[in-house]
Amino acid sequence: MGLNVRVLLSTQRRRNTVNGLLFAAPWIIGLLAFYAYPIVMSLYYSFTEYSILQAPKWTGLQNYIKLFTNDEKFYKSVYNTLYFSVFALPLGIIFGVGLALLLNMKVKGMSIYRTIYFLPVLVPDVALGVLWLWVFNAQLGIANVLLWKLFHVVGPGWLTDPAWSKPSVIIISLWGVGQAVVIYLAGLQDVPQELYDAAEVDGANVWQKTIHVTIPMITPVILFNLIIGLIGAFQYFTTPYVITTGDGRPALSLMFYAMYLYQNAFVLYKMGYASAMAWVLFIVAVVSAYALFRSSARWVYYGGE
Amino acid sequence: MDGETMASRVSYIATATKRARRQRIRKLTRELFGHLLLLPLSIVYMIPFFWMLSTALKTDQQVMAWPPVWIPHPIAWDNFPKAIQFFPFWLFLKNTLIIAVFGVIGIVISSSLVAYSLARIHWPGRDILFGITVATMMLPYHVTMIPLFIVFKNLGWINTFLPLIVPAWFGGAFYIFLLRQFFMTIPQELSDAARIDGASELRSYLQIVLPLAKPALATVALFEFLGRWRDFLGPLIYLQDQKKYTISLGLSYFRLEHGTEWQLLMAASLTLTIPIIILFFFTQRTFIQGITLTGIKG
Repeated sequence: MGLNVRVLLSTQRRRNTVNGLLFAAPWIIGLLAFYAYPIVMSLYYSFTEYSILQAPKWTGLQNYIKLFTNDEKFYKSVYNTLYFSVFALPLGIIFGVGLALLLNMKVKGMSIYRTIYFLPVLVPDVALGVLWLWVFNAQLGIANVLLWKLFHVVGPGWLTDPAWSKPSVIIISLWGVGQAVVIYLAGLQDVPQELYDAAEVDGANVWQKTIHVTIPMITPVILFNLIIGLIGAFQYFTTPYVITTGDGRPALSLMFYAMYLYQNAFVLYKMGYASAMAWVLFIVAVVSAYALFRSSARWVYYGGE
Repeated sequence: MDGETMASRVSYIATATKRARRQRIRKLTRELFGHLLLLPLSIVYMIPFFWMLSTALKTDQQVMAWPPVWIPHPIAWDNFPKAIQFFPFWLFLKNTLIIAVFGVIGIVISSSLVAYSLARIHWPGRDILFGITVATMMLPYHVTMIPLFIVFKNLGWINTFLPLIVPAWFGGAFYIFLLRQFFMTIPQELSDAARIDGASELRSYLQIVLPLAKPALATVALFEFLGRWRDFLGPLIYLQDQKKYTISLGLSYFRLEHGTEWQLLMAASLTLTIPIIILFFFTQRTFIQGITLTGIKG
């Protein structure tokens, strides 16, 4: 009988393995065809000169050397992308958490407010670019019209002025903060009421409760949004592409990393060079995500409730 | 009742009303404070929308007029048919819908099968596969973009919808993750009972798990649809013939050709945005649930 059970168990196990693999088969094939193979190939292409028309020609580290020693546009795109990330991400967190706290209050008409702050998220990226080009139009855009009418200030050229173009796209990204706000709001619902009650017994006011209870409790959500935001910022493409018609004008001030990569690959057909850029991006993304996770031990609160 | 209890009761009631009143005042202050912060900010947030709508209904002279007015007079309704004609909107809409519908069907079938394997079947290696799935969610699109383009080019798929549809039939990491989390919450006993009755895994997947997972499947379908609707980089790379354009790609070219006709550009942008806003109002709960589960932008 013991034998029978064992046989039964092992057939069951075998059946499970077969079924598990069968159900997962599409994804296993997908991982190999659409992830593993391209990642390996892109590493290979990055060591070649490849214009698609001719077979790839091995050039060793040439592409990487050129990127780092002889390509001003590359540095410009790195600088722009870092500038955007360094300002848009922290501002997005401060603004997003603040807005989520406000939208979490028990006030009449809250669902209307929540909808209003979420609506910008629904605008497709291409329409977003076109819309803000018009809002920020130097002469007739509503931004400068209101600045003049309300404060008698002559507004800047926004997206057409190299000094203002990056702050402008950061404002545009903050307009879409509703995405993160929804996630913060969900996090806020998970903060146990007992903690607030306990803080209240200790005589904490609203401000103290926010700083010492709410914010620490939602740090895991902040980390999540930060990582998603970072990967997104590294790949920032559609909005600046539409605004600048792909060339990063004015004066390359809106040439972001992903745009320059696209330009190399699909406008100049420098597939090897673009692949080297892709691998630099890949490594930077992995290292920064890892660094964020490591740092999270110090600032993210993973409390058992 | 003697005077003393009476007095204490009166004072009790007095303090109670006082406390109630204080609480009400505090609640009112809080409410006022909330509106004071939220109302001005939400007006600022709505300005680009009003500006888009107002411009879309102006004649070209009104667009160029100084100072600009919010409410156009007369209202130029014909901007919409004009924009749609230039676009050509209906053709691009058809293309977008073909890609979206086949993409959605593919992603729902494949991702739910894989999620079933990861959540409901015990097999060696499934934890490793799950780990890989989570890792791929953080992989930048640009790393795989170039070799995939070359593969599809060699297959002769450039200028067809296939590079945009076929990968969806092999699952998507975010959706697999989302569905797996959901499938885990369905009681295992339901599947066990079916297995004892001799049901195959396929039947347990089709008849037990899928019917209970409808909300999660709806989320996946909705997000994939929106992703396809707003996708720009994919169509930009793979679709070169204007007849194959999607509406997002079409709008970006419309912008190049009619760069200064703001009333038409705004009308076209609105046509792209309004269907999503309508969809949002009908599917609000699925929508919000999806965002909180995955944190991805549609």
